Amino acid sequence: MDKLNVKELDDVVIRFSGDSGDGMQLTGTLFSDTSALLGNGISTFPDYPAEIRAPQGTVSGVSGFQVHFGSDRVINPGDYCDVLVAMNPAALKANAKWLKKGATVILDGDTLDEKHVAKAGFATSDPIAELGLGDHNVVVPAITSLTREALSGLELDNKSVVKCKNMFALGICFCLYNRPMDHAERYINGKFAKKNPVVAEANILALKAGYNYAANTHAFANTYRVAPADLPKGTYRNISGNVATAWGFLAASEKSGRPLFCGSYPITPATVILEELAKRRDLGVKAVQMEDEIAGICTAIGAAFAGNFAVTTTSGPGLSLKSEALGLAVMTELPLVVVDVQRGGPSTGLPTKTEQSDLNQALYGRNGECPVVVIAASTPSDCFDFAFTAGRIAMEHMTPVILLTDGFIANGSQPWKIPSMADYPAICPPVARPSDEPYMPYRRDEKKYCRTWAFPGTEGLEHRVGGLEKDKLKGCVSHDPQNHQYMTRARAEKVARVADCIPRQEVVGEKTGELLVVGWGGTRGNLQTAVEQMQREGERISLCHFNYINPLPRGVEEIFAGFDKIVVCELNEGQFANYLRSNFQQFEYLQFNKCEGLPFTVVELKNRFKQLLNR
Amino acid sequence: METQYKYTPADFKSDQEVKWCPGCGDHAILSAVQRALPQIAEQTGTPHSRFAFVSGIGCSSRFPYYMKTYGFHSIHGRANAIATGVKTANPELNVWVTTGDGDSLAIGGNHFIHAIRRNIDLNVILFNNEIYGLTKGQYSPTSKLGKITKTSPYGTVEQPFIPGELVIGAKGSFFARSIDVEIATTQECLVAAAAHKGMSVVEVLQNCVIFNDKTHAAFAGDKALRAEHTIVLRHGEKMTFGADNRKGLVFEDMQLKVVTIGENGVTLDDILTHDAHCKSTVLHSMLAGMKYPDYPVALGVIRSVDEPSYADEVEKQIEEVRAQSKIKCVDDLLHSGATWTIE
Repeated sequence: MDKLNVKELDDVVIRFSGDSGDGMQLTGTLFSDTSALLGNGISTFPDYPAEIRAPQGTVSGVSGFQVHFGSDRVINPGDYCDVLVAMNPAALKANAKWLKKGATVILDGDTLDEKHVAKAGFATSDPIAELGLGDHNVVVPAITSLTREALSGLELDNKSVVKCKNMFALGICFCLYNRPMDHAERYINGKFAKKNPVVAEANILALKAGYNYAANTHAFANTYRVAPADLPKGTYRNISGNVATAWGFLAASEKSGRPLFCGSYPITPATVILEELAKRRDLGVKAVQMEDEIAGICTAIGAAFAGNFAVTTTSGPGLSLKSEALGLAVMTELPLVVVDVQRGGPSTGLPTKTEQSDLNQALYGRNGECPVVVIAASTPSDCFDFAFTAGRIAMEHMTPVILLTDGFIANGSQPWKIPSMADYPAICPPVARPSDEPYMPYRRDEKKYCRTWAFPGTEGLEHRVGGLEKDKLKGCVSHDPQNHQYMTRARAEKVARVADCIPRQEVVGEKTGELLVVGWGGTRGNLQTAVEQMQREGERISLCHFNYINPLPRGVEEIFAGFDKIVVCELNEGQFANYLRSNFQQFEYLQFNKCEGLPFTVVELKNRFKQLLNR
Repeated sequence: METQYKYTPADFKSDQEVKWCPGCGDHAILSAVQRALPQIAEQTGTPHSRFAFVSGIGCSSRFPYYMKTYGFHSIHGRANAIATGVKTANPELNVWVTTGDGDSLAIGGNHFIHAIRRNIDLNVILFNNEIYGLTKGQYSPTSKLGKITKTSPYGTVEQPFIPGELVIGAKGSFFARSIDVEIATTQECLVAAAAHKGMSVVEVLQNCVIFNDKTHAAFAGDKALRAEHTIVLRHGEKMTFGADNRKGLVFEDMQLKVVTIGENGVTLDDILTHDAHCKSTVLHSMLAGMKYPDYPVALGVIRSVDEPSYADEVEKQIEEVRAQSKIKCVDDLLHSGATWTIE
């Protein structure tokens, strides 16, 4: 160890990749958690195939996990990597395009045989030459046989032994970046020691063997140190967007005093929210898995009618199935949050890949004049705040709210300074109270224009709601033309007035300049990284990133007016740009769009911005 | 037994004008429900404010507007799902679903069978008129084979569901059947359904006077026909029927058979005794499947068995997990698992 030089680095991106059964998600998570405990800034992103176990050794079965850690705040998981761990030639082939110039490649040398190379679809027997990785630092330790050797003293079958090779690879990375192994050891013991102590021992032995291999051989010229980031004081944890979303709903339930109900149906990449809420019987959560997407939202609407804070979780195709019921929630003016974790579409599309192409569906995808509030979270951890806000708006304004996240931030994770619930505002829904007057279910609050919420079981508030148009006060069925006109505008006005209760639009950077980058939702980390890098390079560029989509926040036009050019960047073919065109027609909107199922890279963003600035 | 809640049928009548066609069977069902609710309120100790009626779309689904209770007229096929949400959110509510053969057996078939499978404590009144009435006369999943309607001008070529077989096939814990004009039988079934913990389905054979008039008339057209061609089943009683109660059902060669007491040596002792509480679905399914003219059509409570009900089980699980968990509030949750502190 002492023989190796130690170099300081600001930030590093490592991508772990292998067969989907190779344990790459766990390996990456252990590396990222260890780095977080050291105080680094962190952002991670898993990259799964759609198949659970695609044919072994093929490119379609490659699963990846990327960790970006640094000595400063890190807000994106990085596009190109400094280190690629590839457990087989297929993983190398799938990820070679994401290597930085001169990056280190750690490839399991035992898989450089004819069988593996052919399965990965290489034309020659030399994948490294074929991929043109000659000027990269390619290291090929025999990971499988070294693991087998390290575990030779244990009473363990061959399959279980080979399964430990991911820990050998993790050990190498721990040594390369001077990370302690105690967190990983604790985790392994916690997971296996009781059930299967030999497996726990084997994983730890493999981890240490990998570490010692890197320290004792001369395969690597240097090791590296990445200093802790100067992060605000406090207690931190890692959190993914989906878990943060689930927890944000719990926070809104606690702050409103309304029990949380989640009626849902499993769908990639949203399922984790339902799973997370299903664990929380201890907080009184009624998370129910229904027979389909429609039943998911319908039970939620029923629960909202009964006085619960009701949510339903889904992804694009599921939102399509829910549209009719969402219209019912609009008509009955009940609070409801629908979270759509967007994925590549249309139809089944790219279930495990990210996209922002459900915006139009969220805004317009229902019959009739049917406005709902639409908001979008933009980082894994701010899913907590926007889930909370979605609940606040739904309950305080008596309206359905669609919360858009996406596969990128839902599966991505980052360290999060744990907030205190004491710092969150109380949520005060307009609950109807019995009085001597007959109850008027559709009488509106003058300020917010919302109706009141009467809970079944309350004496004297018996009333009927439903999908047929309702009288503007009594709530009985009305086919009166003037009443329908009034109610149509009242429902729109109620949603529009939410703008009074959300923050004004903000800008990252100067309020005037040459180029304004506009984005929304989950692209924030990459857009902000690109914009801030160019600001440091002296460019007059700012970022205007939206979380509130419908209604739009106040102050947008003043911001837009301060820039020579506006470019709207989104992972679709221009849905938000068109929405802005219809709202603020006086501006010209340039576009940067991408539909590859992948996030923007900082490199491509900067190239586009430089082009727009004629650099 | 609670006695504090005393209501009259008028307490359950809303101020809305009832807009079903004159002669529609729905009027009689409404009347039976409004008569049954005071009895149910008294017997189950349920105050007026805890009754909730949920419906889907169709003639039957206008029902909640005519009830002075909490009501939700929802969208086509989804009443059972919405009611599942209402009941799970607040198990103290006495939740009713009014739905039809189109609403619950066609577009809402999936929710219907899954609500039955979960055994959630809903009281479902299934209005079966074997036709789509509100859309003006198209065939439904219970229309008889060969039925000529606007969408089957040459007759249907698909087999109908028998709702009772579907309910019992999905291991339903309660199934009863009545006829719209038999208000007393309907009322008896509704009271039994309300007393039953779990999903109760009460099928009411209902006449659509406009688009499917007399569809049940062959066995239900008048009192004499009903006496000869229907059998009202009651738990613990012999399965006899007919004007002079001389006909009965026996089980022979793995089949139900109609016999006459006093003929061929048959005595009352040979007649089956109805056991609605038997867990096996075999005989219940056969009884529900009896069709005119070979058999009398079974009315009354055909099946009523005790099984754990969904909303109760959810509550029980919450209590159990709460008692064991260290996480009592969101702050506890946020600090659970791996955390680290930056000083």
